[in-house]
Amino acid sequence: MSSLDTTMGHSAPSHAEDNYLTHAHGIKSWLLTLDHKRIGVMYLCSTVGALMLGGVFALLLRTKLLTPGPGILDMSHDTYNRMFTLHGAIMVFLFIIPAIPGALGNFVLPIMLGAKDVAFPKLNLASYYLWVFGAVFFVTAMVAGSIDTGWTFYTPYSVTTPANGVIWATMGVFILGFSSIFTGLNFIVTIHKLRAEGMTWFRMPLFLWAIYSTSVIQVLATPVLAITVLLLTVERTLHVGIFDPSLGGDPVLFQHFFWFYSHPAVYIMILPGFGIISEIVGVHSRKHVFGYRFIAFSSLAIALLGFLVWGHHLFTSGQSALASVIFSAITFTIAIPSAIKIFNWLATMYKSSLQLTTPMWYAFGFIVLFVIGGLTGLFLAAMAVDIHLHDTYFVVAHFHYVMVGGTLLALFGGLYHWWPKMFGRMYNEMWGKVGAVLVTIGFNVTFFPQFVMGTRGMPRRYFTYLPEFQAFHIASTLGAYLLGFGIVLAFANLAIGAFRGRKASANPWGGATLEWECSSPPPHDNFAVTPTAHDPYDFAHLSYDEKTDGYVARRS
Amino acid sequence: MSTAAAHNHHGEEGHGHDPHLAHHFDSPQQQFDSGKLGIWLFLIQEVLFFSGLFCAYAVYRANHPEIFEFAHRYLDVTLGAVNTAVLICSSLTAAWSVRAAQLGQRKLMIGCIVVTIACAFGFLGIKYVEYAHKFHDGLLWGEKFNPKYAPGGHGEEAGHSPTADAEGHSGQHATAPGATITQEAAGEAKVTTPRNTSIFFSIYFAMTGLHGLHVIAGIIVYVWLLWRALKGEFGPKQYAAIDFAALYWHLVDLVWIYLFPLLYLIR
Ligand SMILES: [Cu+2]
Repeated sequence: MSSLDTTMGHSAPSHAEDNYLTHAHGIKSWLLTLDHKRIGVMYLCSTVGALMLGGVFALLLRTKLLTPGPGILDMSHDTYNRMFTLHGAIMVFLFIIPAIPGALGNFVLPIMLGAKDVAFPKLNLASYYLWVFGAVFFVTAMVAGSIDTGWTFYTPYSVTTPANGVIWATMGVFILGFSSIFTGLNFIVTIHKLRAEGMTWFRMPLFLWAIYSTSVIQVLATPVLAITVLLLTVERTLHVGIFDPSLGGDPVLFQHFFWFYSHPAVYIMILPGFGIISEIVGVHSRKHVFGYRFIAFSSLAIALLGFLVWGHHLFTSGQSALASVIFSAITFTIAIPSAIKIFNWLATMYKSSLQLTTPMWYAFGFIVLFVIGGLTGLFLAAMAVDIHLHDTYFVVAHFHYVMVGGTLLALFGGLYHWWPKMFGRMYNEMWGKVGAVLVTIGFNVTFFPQFVMGTRGMPRRYFTYLPEFQAFHIASTLGAYLLGFGIVLAFANLAIGAFRGRKASANPWGGATLEWECSSPPPHDNFAVTPTAHDPYDFAHLSYDEKTDGYVARRS
Repeated sequence: MSTAAAHNHHGEEGHGHDPHLAHHFDSPQQQFDSGKLGIWLFLIQEVLFFSGLFCAYAVYRANHPEIFEFAHRYLDVTLGAVNTAVLICSSLTAAWSVRAAQLGQRKLMIGCIVVTIACAFGFLGIKYVEYAHKFHDGLLWGEKFNPKYAPGGHGEEAGHSPTADAEGHSGQHATAPGATITQEAAGEAKVTTPRNTSIFFSIYFAMTGLHGLHVIAGIIVYVWLLWRALKGEFGPKQYAAIDFAALYWHLVDLVWIYLFPLLYLIR
């Protein structure tokens, strides 16, 4: 038994052999692939494309906001409304929600389990094409009259606005919802049924616990969004009067429905990020993750509690005071599992052999941003304070800290962590760190001033503003440019690494989870022999091997 | 030891035995269990998909009970009851087709699938008759709501006893239905129709419409199964698709079991 892992660990010739990238050739072999790894790569390219599109809108918005009024872009207020709507909708539905499960989840999850693929490979490909189809609807919405409702599509405005893109966008959301549901369903079944020998629930890497929790939310919450946007579409076309107050409908019911999905959805966005950070902190600290079970269960706790707090978005919507108090109290409780994660990561790093690699820099950035974002969430959960801060830039800053700080930095961290596995090559470590620092600083410069503006009364989504806010807006815009530059740099570094980087070993970081046991990039079927799972964070048996610049397992 | 791969039974050659076993599963049992869990998750998703509408129903019924008490009498209980029976019958044959497949009774299995499809079409046919009446009588959603007669009064629902109706609704609208019945039904509904009665029909069409779409989806699935069954694809070892389709069909049936009393049998 002693040599089996060793030979799996660094079979250097395997680079030249068959891997998933060279297994088949031609565009068709990609477009019709059932290989979870290729589908993951396609998700990655597509969602990053959406990120770029949403990012361009963000930069245009920030550029306009350098001055009150039309500004140097001479943007009309209608254009401005359409642009922030498209920025929000594209970022949420086309990037943040699908990016990590679709790209990294697809690529890593089956390998981590020791499986050959997800349970339903055809459904997996269908999910991807549903994403593409939904994206086409979004683009159509942009062309066909655009939308100016904000990404939340609140009624009655979304029923009466002359912007003709609303129906296209809501149908796009409907389709993307089912893409998300099928991905979640696939992952749940895969985790339940396709675990390798020895892979008990408590030997699962924490990334899988996080993805599992995410999938539960995707399956349970997304259908409610689907029916909501379907009803909204019907409302707009047939005027059925379920949400339209002029026909006796209840617009607040729409808000309840919408947030019943969209609050849990913020955990669809952040939980996979938690999972990635758990992996990075464990592997790059070279120390067993502290409080494994607490981190695992806190993911589930967040997923379940997340279903009970949607009312905190309706504190000012005429919801009953009693309901608001209850929603406020439950919202506070979510701070507990979130804090458990933060403390456990810090305890893992404490007295560890911390490696200051690029993924670790992103993990640092993530922790800083998430702590700020999470704590400011408590301000908003407190009802009295929320009345003051509601619909101000404070809210904008808060959810960008959580959603962008959460998803984007974790996505980068995860990409830098698994890139050698995905493409078999290393990136430039120095530029990687520069990118991480630029993204983190750029992000803070962009959004910290927005907290200050918000507390001083700058309302969100306004086209113009009072002169006293201009200094903050200028700072925020400059930060946005820096952030945009950092993001492009980080992706460029990855892309160059994928083509020109030096060859990566099977296990460059010394990870103990199963994906580091197959070669880099993995072969088509992931494993020649179904591996046996051990403790995912026991690094004692791994030692550095200079020949391959990677770690090798020596189990006896 | 690295040669172990070639000899291991999990290797490529090992899967040659069963043509139905996908390459990423170790055993037919694992494949079947995965499918089963998958379909159950899909059904959970379906329940939540419908739950939005049930929730809307509950909210409006709680806030405006008078609308529901008044408007539901426009619905035809007889047709609704017949449709319920038709769907329950189709659920029976759907379940029977699974058993027949497990026992290798091919003809019975095909017969059950055919009856299931026939029942589904029967359901849609009756639903079409109901919808046609509603459209004809202006019993529609939103601003299109323009009833030609008061509930329980008129025309197509000849078998319906107005007296029984009036007794059944002796609540706050006791005078209204009574007044209608004595009036000539052709009149343009002099009875006080509660405000926003159209919401009942919005919800009625939304719920039954979405349910109808699921019935159509079920028909497509069962036609596909019939085609495969005729090709002889199913048997005691290969019946997963029939099993999963039956589960879906039971859910569609179950949704209707809730819709029927909630819409037709109020009070
Ligand atoms: Cu929320």
